[in-house]
Amino acid sequence: MRIPYYPGCTLKTTAKNFEDSAIAALKVLNVELVELKRWNCCGTVYSLASDDLMHKLAPVRNLIRVREEDGSKVLTLCSMCYNTLKQANLFFREDKEASEKMNEFMYRERDYEGDVEVLHILGFLRDEIGFDQIAKKVKRKLAGLKVAPYYGCLLLRPGEAAIDDPENPSVFEDLFESLGVQTVDFPYRNECCGAYQTVDQVDLVAERTRKMINLARSIGANILATSCPLCQFNLETRQKDVKGKWTDFEEMPVVYFTQILGAALGVGREDLGFELNLFNPSELIYGE
Amino acid sequence: MQELIDKVAELSGQNLYGCYQCGKCSGGCPSVWQMDILPNEVIRLVQTKRVDDALNSKTIWICASCFTCTVRCPRGIDLAKIMEALRQIHLRRNVDHIDIKKVAQGEINELPPIALVGNFRKQTA
Repeated sequence: MRIPYYPGCTLKTTAKNFEDSAIAALKVLNVELVELKRWNCCGTVYSLASDDLMHKLAPVRNLIRVREEDGSKVLTLCSMCYNTLKQANLFFREDKEASEKMNEFMYRERDYEGDVEVLHILGFLRDEIGFDQIAKKVKRKLAGLKVAPYYGCLLLRPGEAAIDDPENPSVFEDLFESLGVQTVDFPYRNECCGAYQTVDQVDLVAERTRKMINLARSIGANILATSCPLCQFNLETRQKDVKGKWTDFEEMPVVYFTQILGAALGVGREDLGFELNLFNPSELIYGE
Repeated sequence: MQELIDKVAELSGQNLYGCYQCGKCSGGCPSVWQMDILPNEVIRLVQTKRVDDALNSKTIWICASCFTCTVRCPRGIDLAKIMEALRQIHLRRNVDHIDIKKVAQGEINELPPIALVGNFRKQTA
């Protein structure tokens, strides 16, 4: 299966390990990501002000790119890109007056009809591949792992953009179960990590990180998995700030779920980009 | 003052008077421990014509639009959009909330692009 793919800026830079591991894991599942020939920044945060059409153009332009290549679906990996494209698409479909105005403004583009479906890889694996099918392709038993699945905000909220129940999601747990990987029931799994505040309010994000990692540790987890490059950065890199203040703090690796998925499906560790992880989890994952 | 209240209602698209102050937004807010006023107090200030107090609060900048309150409000009010409306009123006076020059250079090199774009989108004019 080939599917149009929108990477977004962070998957080409600090989260290259997310892209690499997703491509490698999907290859085992016979899915090829076809990166859009042209794409631009999604805007990162969906604009919430009712009159702000300008900041909804960037995500919509990416959906026009999908149509230009005759696609009807687009797959995202980054939770933030997913949410921004998804919400802009929903807005475009619902507000006729605004969508006409936006098409008019982008007069050099072909008109967009709101007819692209925005998918996140987790929903895609669940709905279009099937966890039962994934279970059949598991090659490696990852017995040493006890994963705290971390959803963050943007896969689940607001409700209309959610890939699962916003308050009681299960897609991560179900996926790991199909891989034979143990998870813990992580109470902070859908709490905000502090997001972009990591730029100017390091202490705030570090305190969140301390709270989350300590709780994950206390309930038996030894690794945290996510699908958001900002959560991954915050919860892993800010552990350095935590350690500076709390010397008895015990660090924990924070990985992209695709790195665990890839390992379980038999992908070699050299293809999963572990060198970009601050705390290299490859020994923990591969059990050597 | 009425003009400001109308602006909050227009930018957020929310019925500000639908809130009956149950406090569920504040109860579930993961950032509340950093805020100077509670999320439900932000709405109350707008309802009672004290928009300036809401605009001058730390709270509207601590909110990172995680939408926890949005999915839980029993009155269906999207408080994240009210917070955004207040931030927008501030930023549209052409005043940045953060000074980009003060972000440490070492940090900038390390931060993911989504952190920087998200932060500057939310906090600069």
